[in-house]
Amino acid sequence: MMGWARRHLITLYQQATSSKIGLFLVAMIPLAWLTLFFAVPLLEILGVSLGSSRRGVPPFIPAWGLSGEGLFFAPNSDSYALLLRHSSDYLVPLYNSTRLAFGSMLICLVLAFPIALWAARARGAVRLSLLVMVLLPFWTSSLLRVYAVMGLLNPTGYVNQFLLFLGLIDTPLDLMRMDISVYFGIVICYLPLMVLPLYAVLVRIDESLYEAATDLGATRTTTFMTITLPMARAGIVAGCLLVFIPAMGEFMIPELLGGPEQLMMGKVLWAEFFRSRDWPVAAALAVLLLLVLSIPILWLRHAERRMKET
Amino acid sequence: MRSSLPFAAKILAIIGFAVLYVPVTLMIIYSFNAGKLTSVWSGFSAKWYVALFQNDQLLTALGLSVIIAAGAATLSLVLGTLMALSLERIGGFRLRWLLAFLGLAPLVMPEVVTGLSLLLLFIGMETLFGWPSGRGIDTIMIAHATFGMCFVSVIIQARLADFDNSLEEAAADLGAGPLTVFYTVTLPVILPALIAGWLLAFTLSFDDLVIASFVSGPGSSTLPIVVFSSVRLGVTPEVNAIATLIICIASLAVLVASLFMSRLFLYGHRSTETDTDTGQ
Repeated sequence: MMGWARRHLITLYQQATSSKIGLFLVAMIPLAWLTLFFAVPLLEILGVSLGSSRRGVPPFIPAWGLSGEGLFFAPNSDSYALLLRHSSDYLVPLYNSTRLAFGSMLICLVLAFPIALWAARARGAVRLSLLVMVLLPFWTSSLLRVYAVMGLLNPTGYVNQFLLFLGLIDTPLDLMRMDISVYFGIVICYLPLMVLPLYAVLVRIDESLYEAATDLGATRTTTFMTITLPMARAGIVAGCLLVFIPAMGEFMIPELLGGPEQLMMGKVLWAEFFRSRDWPVAAALAVLLLLVLSIPILWLRHAERRMKET
Repeated sequence: MRSSLPFAAKILAIIGFAVLYVPVTLMIIYSFNAGKLTSVWSGFSAKWYVALFQNDQLLTALGLSVIIAAGAATLSLVLGTLMALSLERIGGFRLRWLLAFLGLAPLVMPEVVTGLSLLLLFIGMETLFGWPSGRGIDTIMIAHATFGMCFVSVIIQARLADFDNSLEEAAADLGAGPLTVFYTVTLPVILPALIAGWLLAFTLSFDDLVIASFVSGPGSSTLPIVVFSSVRLGVTPEVNAIATLIICIASLAVLVASLFMSRLFLYGHRSTETDTDTGQ
């Protein structure tokens, strides 16, 4: 009886010291920060994309806001109409972005899966060194790594020097105007982001499942197709999203490693903003990019729901 | 019996590591090249390192980047810790789904969109409240902290999910207030995650080119902005030198940290190891 009373008193005391309210405030700080600096800016993009451009500082009038005369709301679709009129200027980069981001995502998956599997099946020091080797580049500047790829692939770079030395080519290849350099750049930047989610799921697979499969006479391929791959599904999806979505909007890699054939959305948006200084069109491009990127995410959610139903 | 990796898979894994390491290794070797041409070896020399320390523009940008990265990392650490605690430890928090979504979305948002949207926000705030007047160190720090906190939160959440919260409950049952519980139980457990989170937020901020280009003002060019404007015209030996220094310092720090934390790391995974051992 005494114990019960004491426990009850402690609970009362805890509630009195307003831990719930305190904890609520703890949660409100990051929520407020992300709302102000992440969610509101996205609305701001929509507002500017529906506004109109002008000469001056800032070089646009938003679709809604507060002016000297009070609140105003005057959206127009000029920027979107402009995008539609010059659609080929924007659809080609959109196609390039999709092609290059999807291609590099597949290359990352093919290279990351064996690394993740190796690390997951290794023990102790081997596993630790493999993980450190994956993580190490992640801790060093991606700009500098892309710059190192420039040194490798440019017309006077090591690859061309080597091929010339072997006599395989007579004149240096313009590798920086081919897809290969952009693939190389995206893989060197995003490979760790593919390995980590794969490792996280592969390391949880119980080894006795493999033994059971082998005992029952399954070949390596069968084991891989029926155990490893299905159990790694969540990691594959997470890794692909982590690579594909940011790669779609990549600016630095196509700018430093690509030619006009590798014009991607991020580069077009950058040019509209910094060179043409047409901010409403840049904002409209950002909205377009986000709409396109929501397709794979919505499709995935739909697919997951169907998986659960069956 | 442990299933080993097929030979072809090992080859693919090694190709993956080669992609990550060969370009950087070549860059490091050729940063000691005497010639101006970065791919033709013409003798050992450290003259580009000497030139580097006379390049005021690069050094100023380096100092600025370190200040911004340290500030942004500290801000990320505080906000990210609060976020991880709210997501993992507050039961019955109604807006949990919203915080979880807002905490993950910045991780995959294309940088050009984040940069542009934050710039438009800062301009909007300036016309409404008069703050921030112009853009500079403070706006870059806020922008970097906004995505830094999400990475910090992911790391700390993983650590919090790993350890049983019965310790915290026991402390609370014994009469410790929420702050006391945090300082005496939670904090020591998540300390390695806090260190890793701060370092990662520092690295991400120090590395960022795109977002900083949008939200920086005149006179606040960070190191990536300066490096980018000099390398978009081609490979330059001085950049080789500073890149080598930065990559070596970062790698050394990570290696020391992972050696230091390897015992913690292995300890954290011991439960799965014993599971498989008994299964063998």
